Amino acid sequence: MNNSEWPLWEVFIRSKQGLDHKHVGSLHAADAAMAVQNARDVYTRRLEGVSIWVVESKHIHASNPDEAAEFFDPAADKVYRHPTFYDVPDSIKHM
Amino acid sequence: METLAPTPEEQFQARIDADIRIEPKDWMPEAYRKTLIRQISQHAHSELVGMLPEGNWITRAPSLKRKSILLAKVQDEAGHGLYLYSAAETLGTSREQMLADLHSGKAKYSSIFNYPTLSWADMGCVGWLVDGAAILNQVPLCRTSYGPYARAMVRVCKEESFHQRQGFEIMQTLCEGAPAQKEMAQEALNRWWWPTLMMFGPKDSESPNTEQSMKWRIKRFTNDELRQKFVDMMVPQAEFLGLTVPDEKVKWNEERQAYDFGEVNWEEFWAVVKGNGLCNHERLQARVQAHEEGAWVREAALAHAGKRKARETVAA
Repeated sequence: MNNSEWPLWEVFIRSKQGLDHKHVGSLHAADAAMAVQNARDVYTRRLEGVSIWVVESKHIHASNPDEAAEFFDPAADKVYRHPTFYDVPDSIKHM
Repeated sequence: METLAPTPEEQFQARIDADIRIEPKDWMPEAYRKTLIRQISQHAHSELVGMLPEGNWITRAPSLKRKSILLAKVQDEAGHGLYLYSAAETLGTSREQMLADLHSGKAKYSSIFNYPTLSWADMGCVGWLVDGAAILNQVPLCRTSYGPYARAMVRVCKEESFHQRQGFEIMQTLCEGAPAQKEMAQEALNRWWWPTLMMFGPKDSESPNTEQSMKWRIKRFTNDELRQKFVDMMVPQAEFLGLTVPDEKVKWNEERQAYDFGEVNWEEFWAVVKGNGLCNHERLQARVQAHEEGAWVREAALAHAGKRKARETVAA
């Protein structure tokens, strides 16, 4: 392959004020400005967003799915982190 | 006897059977990866080539309203192609490689786009029938086992229903118009009906990949099941329009609670798949030409981005 392929960008969109930006997909663009513009044309043709973030895919670091079991294991045996772990007498209100 | 630890393949199948989606970096059998790359890229190519038969009518649309709608639809198709190419890229192939395979004729796209769009009624049929068939194929794909493909399909399906409705509206307008307009609608239906039935692919008995794809939950229905659904959906709609489906064997079967219909001309199907349809050459040529003539734009944009970055670095 020659080196004329535009880099890959991940696109995040805030669908309305007050909500998080959410990953919606990716696209190729020569630079960030073009990535934002392409993201508008590709991912918000029907008013799906009020704000766009783009980040070059190569800058994303991810956890390893092959190690997901061990990696997330520390949270698996701590049920006391959830409010449902505790018994509250029926007569107690507002808790 | 010692129980053996499950192999990666067995673990993979167990996840599929439990309806757990597979994500890009998860382990997957090479054949699963290859099947998906082939299917998703083929799907993306179909969106891309699918713009050509409609592009033909953008400058010839009968009103500004129809022209705006058609432009929006063709733009959607470019977007659908992009969602799908992006999904395929998560499997380790590159955009350039996929386009190279399309342009060399190695990769296929839906044969339906190798038929010409001769009259305005063809825009009606492409939306109503072709997109109708596409939706039937695509809706189950929203639950396909590979996450990025499923998510892309959710977006595609949301947009596709406008495509079908605008096609039906074109047909309805023609059918409620002058006799010549209705005739145009019938003539277009006569040409598009059978090729649309072919969109679901070969008969189950001649579709060697179906079984494995069903097992991996890439496909959720067989070709023949979807074809039957399509006929059951479309015959009443044609009747509503006052049009006749060009198949004498179409008849309601009370016992099966479905329509019987005639046999697709499989010789024609394979001829078009193998490159001998009316427009295969023209479509591919148009794609290659667009790609080659756009090369300087892609290079210039990259050069411009590079220069700007260099300037920013100096300034900083």
